Amino acid sequence: MSDLVFDSVSVRYGGRRGLTAVDHVGLTVPAGQVVGLVGESGSGKSTLARAAVGLSPVSAGRVLLGGVDVRELPRRRPLQMVFQDPYSSLDPRMSVGESIAEAIPRGVLPGRGARRDEVARLLDLVNLDPDRAGHLPGGLSGGQRQRVALARALAGRPEVLIADEITSALDVSVQGAVLNLVRSLQRRLGLSMLFISHNLAVVRYLSDIVAVMYLGRIVEVGPAEQVLTEPQHPYTRDLLAAAPSAHTSLFDTGVDTATADTEPADPHHPPSGCRYRTRCPVGPLVRADRELCRQADPTEDAAHRRHSAACHFAENHSHQSVISRGASAS
Amino acid sequence: MAKALRTPVGAFSAALLALVLALAVLAPILWHGNAFEVDTEAIGQGPSAAHWLGTDNLGRDVLFRVLVATRLSVLLAVLATAIGVVTGLVLGTLPSLLPRSAARLVTAAVNIAVAFPGLLLVLFFSVIFGVGTHGAVLAVGFALAPAFARLAQTLSASVAGQDFVSAARISGVGRIRLLVRHILPNIGEPLVVNATIGAGASLLTFSGLSFLGIGVQAPDYDWGRLLGEGLNGIYVNPAAALAPGAAVVLVGLAFNLAGETVAGVIGVRTGSRTSAPRPHIPAREEVAEDRDGALLVVENLQVAFPRPSGWTVPVRGVGFTVRAGEAIGVVGESGSGKSLTGLAVSRLVESPAVVTADRLEFAGKPVLTTPERELRGLLGTSLAMVFQDPMTSFNPTRRIGHQLAEVSEQHQGLPRAKALARAVDRLRAVRIPAAERRARQYPHEFSGGMRQRAMIGMGLMGDPRLIIADEPTTALDVTVQRQLLRLLARTRAERDTAIILISHDIAVVSQTCERMLVMYAGRIVEDLPSAATPRHPYTRALLAASLDLETDRDAPLVVIPGRPPEPDRVPDGCAFADRCPVVTDRCRREDPVLERVDATHRVACWHKGGAA
Repeated sequence: MSDLVFDSVSVRYGGRRGLTAVDHVGLTVPAGQVVGLVGESGSGKSTLARAAVGLSPVSAGRVLLGGVDVRELPRRRPLQMVFQDPYSSLDPRMSVGESIAEAIPRGVLPGRGARRDEVARLLDLVNLDPDRAGHLPGGLSGGQRQRVALARALAGRPEVLIADEITSALDVSVQGAVLNLVRSLQRRLGLSMLFISHNLAVVRYLSDIVAVMYLGRIVEVGPAEQVLTEPQHPYTRDLLAAAPSAHTSLFDTGVDTATADTEPADPHHPPSGCRYRTRCPVGPLVRADRELCRQADPTEDAAHRRHSAACHFAENHSHQSVISRGASAS
Repeated sequence: MAKALRTPVGAFSAALLALVLALAVLAPILWHGNAFEVDTEAIGQGPSAAHWLGTDNLGRDVLFRVLVATRLSVLLAVLATAIGVVTGLVLGTLPSLLPRSAARLVTAAVNIAVAFPGLLLVLFFSVIFGVGTHGAVLAVGFALAPAFARLAQTLSASVAGQDFVSAARISGVGRIRLLVRHILPNIGEPLVVNATIGAGASLLTFSGLSFLGIGVQAPDYDWGRLLGEGLNGIYVNPAAALAPGAAVVLVGLAFNLAGETVAGVIGVRTGSRTSAPRPHIPAREEVAEDRDGALLVVENLQVAFPRPSGWTVPVRGVGFTVRAGEAIGVVGESGSGKSLTGLAVSRLVESPAVVTADRLEFAGKPVLTTPERELRGLLGTSLAMVFQDPMTSFNPTRRIGHQLAEVSEQHQGLPRAKALARAVDRLRAVRIPAAERRARQYPHEFSGGMRQRAMIGMGLMGDPRLIIADEPTTALDVTVQRQLLRLLARTRAERDTAIILISHDIAVVSQTCERMLVMYAGRIVEDLPSAATPRHPYTRALLAASLDLETDRDAPLVVIPGRPPEPDRVPDGCAFADRCPVVTDRCRREDPVLERVDATHRVACWHKGGAA
C-alpha cells in the first residue's frame, strides 16, 4: 500500500478568462488511512479527486502514488473511484456481473470461470447476493447500485480508493449501511481512502484525517478529532456551527448580521488575499482593522500554523507562527 | 412492441410496411413478364379493363411496372440509408477515439457538411460518382451521412459524460471497447428511429434523382423514372404519372410512421392508460382535530397514476391541517409520497395522475372543485412554492426582477414599473445584497442559495399565507442551508405565514418546524411535535439512523434493514411490517389507523411504540 500525494496540484479550465477549480493544493492520503475532504459545492473537491484518476486535466503540480506520478502509471492504475450518483454510474445495458468483470485487470484472472468466481466473491464482499450478477442495474435500489459500484472499484485491486459523495444520493436508512460497509472494507483490505463529502457528520464518522476545502484551496487539515473539536479556520467553525442538528435551534449559533447573508465568492474572480474574507466572521467585514486579510494570502505560510490553517488570525497560534509573524498577528 | 401495434398509427404503419416489403419481394417474381410485355396495339392508352392504369409509350402496363418497381425503389433507398448511417456513425464516433486535434478536425468537417442543404450535397456527389444507379446510391448515402454523424456525435457526447463511462475509463477500459460496449448500445435506440425516418427521406431523394434522369438508368426503372416517363404523357394518361407518385408518398409515409411508432415506444415508457377502476382507499386516520381557523385542511388525500397493469397509488390517504403561521415538516425517504403531497395540495399534479380527497381546502376554498380560473388568483398570491433545484425554477432567458414582477402584473394588476419596484423590495426582504442591481441580472448570475432566496422572494410578491418548500436546501451546502432556513423562519415570524417544509433530513425539519409529519409508503405514520418523543418504530429508526456530529465513531451505524415497498406492491397490512423490529401478526393482516395518542400526537401503529 502506498501514499497518495497531491503535490501543489492545480486544475484550470478554459483559457485566459477561465476558472481555476483547484489552486495549488497539497494533500497527502497516508497508506491505510482515510482522509475526509469537506467543502461546499463548487469548492473543487470533486475536481481534485477526478484529477487523481485522470478525469480532470492537471495544469500544474503532480499527483503521486507511492512516489510515482500517476500519469506514468499503466492504464489500469491501482487507484479507483466510486461516484456520487448510483443511477448514472452503472451502464444501464450491462448486467451487474459484466460491469464488475470489466474492471478486473486483464491477465490477472484468465478464463471465464475464474472471472465469474471473482465477480461472485466481490458481490459477496459488498453484501450482495452473488446471483445478482446476471441482473441489469435497472431493478436495483440506490443502495444496492452503490454496492455494485463499490464492488466494481474493488475489482481493480486498488491501493487507493476515492469515494466522491457516495452517500449523498442515498436515503438515510441506506446511508448507514453503505458507510458501515465502506468502513469495514477499508479496514479489512487496508485501503488508503480519499472520502469526499459535503456532510461533515459523514466525514467525521469515517475519517482519520479531515481536510477542509474552500474555493479551490485547502484551508485546514489535521487529525479528524482535533479539527472538529478545535477548528482553527473560521470556515471550519462556520461549517461545524451550521451542521443541522435536532438538538440546537436555528438561531442558537453564529448569528452575525454582517456575515449572515453574504454570498459565496465568485470562483471566476476569487477575492484578493484571503479567499474567505468576504464571508469571514473574524475578517475585515467585521473588524475594519484587519487589512492584512485583503492584502496577504494566508496559504503562503499556512504550513507553519496548527492544522495548516490558511488564516492570518487562526485561533490558537502555534508557537512558531506567533514568532514568525510577530506584530501583524496582534 | 406489441403495445405499439395496438395503437392506430402503429398498426397502420406496420401493415403498410409489411405490404411494401411483401410487394418488394413478390412483385418482380409474379409480374416480371407482365411488366415487360410490349403491346404495340396499345401505346400510351388511358386506364381500361385490360390495363387498369393504362399503358406507357411502348404499350407496357403501368400498374405492373409500378408494382415491380417497388423492389428496386425500396432496395435502393434502404441501401443508401445504410451507407448514410454507417458513414455517419463512423464520422460521429470517430472524435471519441482520435486524439484531440484530429477529433476537432473531424467535428469541424461534419459541422461544415451539415451546413450544406441535403439536395445540394446529393447533386454534388452524383457529379463526382457519375450518373447511374451506383453513383446515385453513394450520393444519397453520403448526403445523409452528415446529419447522422451530428446526431451520433451529440448522443455519444451525452453518454460519454455519464459516470459509468468515467468509471470504465478509470478501470483502464480502452477507447474502442468503451465505444463498442458502453457508448453504442446506449445511443442505439434514437439512431434506429432516425434511420427509419431517414429511409423515407432517401426514398424521396432517390426518386427525385431518377426523375431528373441522373438516378436509375434504362432499362432499369424505379418510381422516379416511371414518374418522369408518365409526366411526358400526363394529358393523355394522368394515371401513369400519379401512380408512381402515390407509391412514393405511401412508402415514404410507411417509413416515417414506423419511425414515429418506434420513437413512441422508446420515448414514452410510462405506457397507456389503464381501464381498470381506481381503487378506493377509505381513510385510515382519526381526524377530529381542532380545525377552527385552519389554513389548510387535508383529509384522505390520494394521488393515483394509471399504469397498464392497474393503478399505482403513491399517496394513499393523507390527512393533516396547517394553521396560520404554523411550520410543519414532512419527513420521509424518497418514494414516500412527500413531494407528491406538496404538489397535490397546490394543485400542481398533472394529468394523467388523479388527485382525490375527502376534503382539501386552502383558506376556506375547496382546491379540487373550485374552477381553475377562480383558484388561480388565490393560489397565485397566497401560496408560494420553493422547489429543490434552484437551477430549473427560473426561466434562464429573463431577468430575475422581471420574473418576480410578472407575479404582481398577473395577479394584482400592478403596472410594470410598480411591479418592478415591488420586486426589488422583495428581493431586499429576502436579504439579497444589492437588490436593485441583482434584479437586473439573469438567473445564471445568481448562486444556488441566492436563487432559492429569489424564489422565496417571488412567493412574497403576493401575500403568501402558506409557503411549501420541497427540499429547498438539498442542493446547497450547510452554511447556505442555514441562511435559507433562517430566512424561512423570519418570513414566518414577520408575516404569520405558514410553512410546509418537505425534507429527507429529520434534523433540518426538527430545527425549523414545531410539528412534523413522518411519511412512509404514501401514508402519514406519525404526526408529532418536533420536541416530542417519537412512538412509531419507523420514526425511531429514522432518528437513530441519522448521523450527526455526536455519533459514536467507534460503533457501527444504525441501519434500517430492507427497503420500502414499491408503490404498486404495498402489502395489505402495515407497509413497514417487513422492516419493523416489533412486528406482530396483526401488523401483517391489518393496516394500522393513524390514531391520536394525545392532543398533538397521532401514530399509525398497532403497538404505538409500547412494545419496543
